[in-house]
Amino acid sequence: MTPIAAKRPLQLNDQGQLRHFLSLDGLPRELLTEILDTADSFLEVGARAVKKVPLLRGKTVCNVFFENSTRTRTTFELAAQRLSADVITLNVSTSSTSKGETLFDTLRNLEAMAADIFVVRHADSGAAHFIAEHVCPNLAIINGGDGRHAHPTQGMLDMLTIRRHKGSFENLSVAIVGDILHSRVARSNMLALKTLGCPDIRVIAPKTLLPVGIEQYGVSVYHDLAQGLKDVDVVIMLRLQRERMNGGLLPSEGEFYRLFGLTEQRLKLAKPDALVMHPGPINRGVEIESAVADGPQSVILNQVTYGIAVRMAVLSMAMSGQTAQRQLNAEEAN
Amino acid sequence: MRTAIIGARVIDPSSGLDQVTDLYIEGGKLLAIGNAPAGFSAETTLDAHGLIAAPGLVDLSVALREPGYSRKGSIASETLAAAAGGVTSLCCPPFTKPVLDTSAVAELILDRAREAGHTKVFPIGALSKGLDGEQLAELVALRDAGCVAFGNGLESFRNSRTLRRALEYAATFDLQVIFHSQDHDLAEGGLAHEGATASFLGLPGIPETAETVALARDLLLVEQSGVRAHFSQLTSARGAELIADAQARGLPVTADVALYQLILTDEALIDFSSLYHVQPPLRSRADRDGLREAVKSGVISAIASHHQPHERDAKLAPFGATEPGISSVQLLLPLAMSLVEDGLFDLPTLLARLSSGPANALRLPAGRLAVGAPADLVLFDSSASTLAGDTWFSKGANCPFLGHCLPAAVRYTLVDGHISYQA
Repeated sequence: MTPIAAKRPLQLNDQGQLRHFLSLDGLPRELLTEILDTADSFLEVGARAVKKVPLLRGKTVCNVFFENSTRTRTTFELAAQRLSADVITLNVSTSSTSKGETLFDTLRNLEAMAADIFVVRHADSGAAHFIAEHVCPNLAIINGGDGRHAHPTQGMLDMLTIRRHKGSFENLSVAIVGDILHSRVARSNMLALKTLGCPDIRVIAPKTLLPVGIEQYGVSVYHDLAQGLKDVDVVIMLRLQRERMNGGLLPSEGEFYRLFGLTEQRLKLAKPDALVMHPGPINRGVEIESAVADGPQSVILNQVTYGIAVRMAVLSMAMSGQTAQRQLNAEEAN
Repeated sequence: MRTAIIGARVIDPSSGLDQVTDLYIEGGKLLAIGNAPAGFSAETTLDAHGLIAAPGLVDLSVALREPGYSRKGSIASETLAAAAGGVTSLCCPPFTKPVLDTSAVAELILDRAREAGHTKVFPIGALSKGLDGEQLAELVALRDAGCVAFGNGLESFRNSRTLRRALEYAATFDLQVIFHSQDHDLAEGGLAHEGATASFLGLPGIPETAETVALARDLLLVEQSGVRAHFSQLTSARGAELIADAQARGLPVTADVALYQLILTDEALIDFSSLYHVQPPLRSRADRDGLREAVKSGVISAIASHHQPHERDAKLAPFGATEPGISSVQLLLPLAMSLVEDGLFDLPTLLARLSSGPANALRLPAGRLAVGAPADLVLFDSSASTLAGDTWFSKGANCPFLGHCLPAAVRYTLVDGHISYQA
């Protein structure tokens, strides 16, 4: 007896197009490449004097953030606006939930306001899956970050950054450094790099900041920054939350910086043209030295710019996949 | 009331009986096996040709949700579900509201169970007041009110000195203690077995050591205090090894496992389905295999449903915000039979773990088919099948097996000679 019935992938429609964007798990390489290609074309839109295209005219994008965010929220807002959508942003952490309203009810109410797309950030892993499966299956649900699980638009904007600067993934060594355990960015990046054919993915962290079974991502594990950085093409630094100093994960920010902080000196171990990336917000002097963050190899601000294009790509593709599915369903009903 | 059951394959694991024969019941007791006693005239005759007659199942943990959680279940609904699953005796855990730490609550549960009349109910009292792990509940008063054992749920005693005293106090009066060994600190904040699946899903993990560290401490304190102890809801192969080691040393401890732990693994969580959210968590394939071995060898002598019905809303949230537990007592026999069908156990062994094993663990007057014993039995058809959820009496539909076609079908459940369930 098998307890789990085979299910159609939740985030794809019957034709294999994106209808939600929940995680990079199970998405084929062609689809990730399509997202990157579409984002590339939107980058040109961002460079124009009039930055709008009419792809989502008449549609309403609702940003529902149950967790604080500045960068992700504003870039989703800009992305939706550049696609000519109407945009509502709600910081739910400060409104409904404190009145005891459940996630289910909050979203059902928003759906009743005729939203077409939800961008959701939530502290619980699996929140976006829950919404797409049980709350609003007929809206396009975009995961803006769920717990430690996934941050797929961040993953794709990181891939766009790498592809635009390095051309392709086939011959790259990429190191991800820091708090992998609590990082949804790291999980999405590992999946994306693997799917796109990156042959050498390294994670560098102490054992306390690595999840059990990290090998399943096809990565090699380093506990020594110098060894791990040797000859890499890309260094992705992760943000270290201050609360990690509690409960025995790390002794101090100082010791972490001494062992795992990216300094100019250490960056020299990587290839001379290695990229330095960070999802932000950065902690200067905790995981990264200012001279590196602001230095010539840093593409941290480019990541932000590319983030808008990637989010435009995902919003427009998911809306179109969801619309196609609705038409299919309507035809079947007739 | 005189009943004759004719032509069944009668299996009694405790005596080794396994033959096609007849059963005669009078006054709630089994009067004879084989030939009808002289002058016996049945008021009811059940034609049981093709059916198996076994001791009524004994389930060591069925949350009845009364008092306090009537939206999740009631004594009437959950005991009926249990009867439909072949159960004739069940123990209900103390996490009610108010907690089962006073005689009044025990009496209320026993009254309502008698009124419902579907199964026998044996309450498990709280070991500490309010399950706080600090102050002892009035254990002797609770025993006198009908509690058969005492436990503290997953909220184990954080203070080992307090636990030691609780065990010594219980040992003074030969009271039985039930452990759900889980180290509070190692498990804190965890949602799933610490392993590849939880890591992939970004769910905080509960390491195997949450169970084994607590289990090792609990076993040593049991040895020191000499208390009668039963270890409930084992989840790990290593945990089962610790029990086996203790038994080999001569410590008379017993153990049970949740039936779903013998079937499911943490891989079931991959879609974030809250139906698989249980505490303690589903563990790895190797753990499941180790638990199966321990059941086979008898180190684990009881299989229980660990039935926890919930209302729909309790499971309608992101995984971490849902309440743990599976509603499954109604499927106890067919789900367990799927293990026989898969060749993991032979039928008498499985039935032993579901009847005499649990009854002996808590010294319950149940779990065997013997002349003079209460006529608690289940009659089932092992060649038929059960469509899970086709009929459903539990208030909780939180069952991942709904819709599955399972082997065997319960036809009759008899408690003290009365038919408490008939398909």
